[in-house]
Amino acid sequence: MSDDDIRIGVFICHCGTNIGGVLDISELTEYAKTLPNVVYSDANLYTCSEVGLSEIRNNIKDNNLNRVIVASCSPRTHEPLFRSTCQEAGLNPYLFEMVNIRDQDSWVHMKEPKKGTEKAKDLIRMGVYKASLLEPLEKMQVGIIPSAIVIGGGIAGMNSALNLANQGFNVSLIEKESELGGLLRYLNKLYPTNEDASNILETRNLVENHKKIDVYKSAVIEKIEGYVGNYKVVICQNKKTIEIEAGAIIVATGAIPLSPEGYYDYNGKTIISQLELEDILKKNELTANNITMIQCVGCRNEERKYCSNICCMTALKNAILIKEQNPDANVNIIFRDIQTQGVTYEAYYRIAREKGILFIKYVPEKPPVIKKDQIEVYNEFLNQVIGFPFDLVVLSMPLIANKDSEHLAKMLKVPLEENNFFLEAHVKLRPVDFATDGVFVCGSAHWPADISESISQSNAAASRASTILSKEMLEVEGSTAEVNSELCVGCEACIKMCPYSAIYKDEDTDIVVVNKVVCKGCGVCGASCPQNAITIHHFTSDQLIAEIVTYGGGE
Amino acid sequence: MEEKLKSVMVIGGGIAGIQASLDLAERGIKVEMIEKNACIGGRMAQLDKTFPTNDCSICILAPKLAECFRHPNITLHTLSEVKSLSGQVGNFNVKILKRARYVKEAQCINCGLCIEKCPMRIDDEFDMRLRKRRAIYIDYVQGVPSIMTIDRENCLFFTKNACRICEKVCEREAIDFDQKDEEINLNVGSIILATGYDIFDPHSIESLGYGRYPNVVTALEFERLICASGPFGGHLKRPSDKYEPKKLAFINCVGSRDIKNNPYCSSCCCMYTTKEAMIAYEHDNKIKTSIFYIDLRAAGKGFREYIQRGENEYAITYIKGKVAKILEDDQKNPLIIYEDINTSHVKQLKFDLVILATSMVPKKDALSLAKILGIEIDDYNFFKANSYQPQKSSKEGVFLCGTCREPMDIPNSVIDASGAAAKAAEVIMRV
Repeated sequence: MSDDDIRIGVFICHCGTNIGGVLDISELTEYAKTLPNVVYSDANLYTCSEVGLSEIRNNIKDNNLNRVIVASCSPRTHEPLFRSTCQEAGLNPYLFEMVNIRDQDSWVHMKEPKKGTEKAKDLIRMGVYKASLLEPLEKMQVGIIPSAIVIGGGIAGMNSALNLANQGFNVSLIEKESELGGLLRYLNKLYPTNEDASNILETRNLVENHKKIDVYKSAVIEKIEGYVGNYKVVICQNKKTIEIEAGAIIVATGAIPLSPEGYYDYNGKTIISQLELEDILKKNELTANNITMIQCVGCRNEERKYCSNICCMTALKNAILIKEQNPDANVNIIFRDIQTQGVTYEAYYRIAREKGILFIKYVPEKPPVIKKDQIEVYNEFLNQVIGFPFDLVVLSMPLIANKDSEHLAKMLKVPLEENNFFLEAHVKLRPVDFATDGVFVCGSAHWPADISESISQSNAAASRASTILSKEMLEVEGSTAEVNSELCVGCEACIKMCPYSAIYKDEDTDIVVVNKVVCKGCGVCGASCPQNAITIHHFTSDQLIAEIVTYGGGE
Repeated sequence: MEEKLKSVMVIGGGIAGIQASLDLAERGIKVEMIEKNACIGGRMAQLDKTFPTNDCSICILAPKLAECFRHPNITLHTLSEVKSLSGQVGNFNVKILKRARYVKEAQCINCGLCIEKCPMRIDDEFDMRLRKRRAIYIDYVQGVPSIMTIDRENCLFFTKNACRICEKVCEREAIDFDQKDEEINLNVGSIILATGYDIFDPHSIESLGYGRYPNVVTALEFERLICASGPFGGHLKRPSDKYEPKKLAFINCVGSRDIKNNPYCSSCCCMYTTKEAMIAYEHDNKIKTSIFYIDLRAAGKGFREYIQRGENEYAITYIKGKVAKILEDDQKNPLIIYEDINTSHVKQLKFDLVILATSMVPKKDALSLAKILGIEIDDYNFFKANSYQPQKSSKEGVFLCGTCREPMDIPNSVIDASGAAAKAAEVIMRV
């Protein structure tokens, strides 16, 4: 398209008094008319109101506009609306450009309206120069395989699979061990209702008998390929290689308890772990009468700074069970902070105290010491060391990340946090999503979680996966990166920078390729490329330079 | 694809209700979203920042508000409450009362002319009564839907049959004093409750002096005090003399873990008091903070490290012990009387501003809503959840998420909300 054919319409928004109360809107409207290729300019009280939008639509038709600029608020909230308005009038949505004269101008320069108006002129001029160079782009459509792969057959994985299957999706559940159930298999009772763990473990039967769930046990994942809607996972089961396709993947690989070996003279007999106590209670073989539990063994220290979330409640549960069996038993819990958040867990803590379980706070500088016939601990309330005779010491060990998390994370191209738990997309608002579309996480793979938390999270992950699986097609962003193969030298700087793992190296040609389905057009690759080999569509170098040059007064 | 799917009703438009609605809508299921207030956003909209990333709260919430409003599968009913329920899972009939807004939703463009002219000055609930709003107003600047509402309790036309200035100045002719409350009947397959929480009123703990001492405020008031869109434009000042405080004290578990009030733990106060102290320090690095606590509960991802950062980098001192009493000196500085656990001596410390981490309590109308819906509640009026499917209520087809079932933080509310959406979708797809 030659320069003569470009017809830009500029719509300037008062945004009530937000912009109109500060900037001189009529001056801006007149100014816009003086800029190259601008054939129409007008102001609206609210461009996003139906009146404003129909004005855009009508002018695209009446004035043959082929570029539209709205100078108003922020593209974060309003670009989708204006783009679809352009599309309704037959204009490619990528021929729309937004200029932010509110958040970045009238709001910041409320007390200097003249300067604010001058700045708005600069911003509008820059938008006009960029708009002249805009190109139409197409959004790609990708088909979606309407089934899911769940990795890990513990309670989180089983429950996710069950929910998705009940929603009507086919699910492949992959478990590395020879049976389903994960850590739940080793538990005796569950807090806070002291329900038999075996009752919840019955989920196994529902999963194994569900006609929409294929269970692969003793299966090892060898390879993961693809992208949202189209993943391919290669597993090895009984020396056979099986290829499974799915639109979404849920990671539910759980965590493992830290081994008590080497902590507090652990001997497996008189000094045992909480998990071993669980087994003794399950078999009804407890004979000890003086029992002391130590919390935070091997965590909340220099090596492992975190709190493992579930150990306080587990200790309370086993202490209560012991007291219920044998009210004369002396049960002490040596703790740092009791983590019983919420209504039911705090009530459980109260029950434990009412049953006569003794709680003694310790400080990390003076941890408890196990002597021959008694355990001694310094208590800061009493400012003295107190001792208890014991015949059983129980160590509360934290859950730690699975050893194979690193390998799995690499195959999935998703990140881990410093303790090797999987790192979600946003800790506040996207707690079970990964930044990589179509991959989700739940249960202790994400962070130590108890049964009820794991079930909540697994329902959540199933919901998030269903938002993809229920669609026939997925529309992906048209503004993506493209590599000029003639300029690329294969240095891989962009591959390291890409937060979405959208770039890979073609083994045959030794140059990099962008997967347009995965690319979000963030531009990090373009900025990092030493060869200027990467173009970000809709933010091309030409477009950005035109903006900068005109800002500096050039043509 | 699937034809004639039943829709889901989501009651409550805070972050939990929003997340549940968006998940279902994206899943292809139609949502009837019921919000009691004039705008969605809930408590999260009132917060300044959020732990442990210290993200600006409204900045991460606003795009979700807009998405909810624009989503073709979501019908938003504001100013609406559930009045009755009949039927069963797969076929619930719900009667909704939609209060009149007295502003035509399609006409109002939020230009603000009416607000400027309205003569009334009423305590602004969104800003925790720390400033005044008008009788025609929008809950908060970024509120969605972004239109005005007339508060009939305070509007001069409704109280004294006078004024009507808003009607005269509105260029869009959007004001409509003839609007009437409406009854709407909806048929849905499943219901999700996301009605949130109220704040414990600390007036009842007289020893803390809240209400008597101006420089003793609640944590939610503090969020507004320090927020850029709050009454002081983001400059932390204390209420009595607008002095910029240098010594802050936070008291955790106010009304929580307290058998005289609420025996339960409110789950997120240890974290948000640390956050509020951090933000205060970021505003003014001369600020020193003491946080009085019983146990420091920080079991979530990165939470323990967050507390450590607070201690090491933000001049926060954590003091174990429950505060006995607050007094006030003649400069209106609060004096905290507490027992030093190391020496067992009673000590007194002077602060410029004291912030009470008041517990989350069930919504005032939780009990009546539970009765209407026929669901069980716990000892405190939180909706009773199944222990091992926490999004399930006692009634089939009715699901729970967020703080209406138990105090919890934002990530857990979001998890709960997506979880409830999955459970509701399971029901919808089965029928």
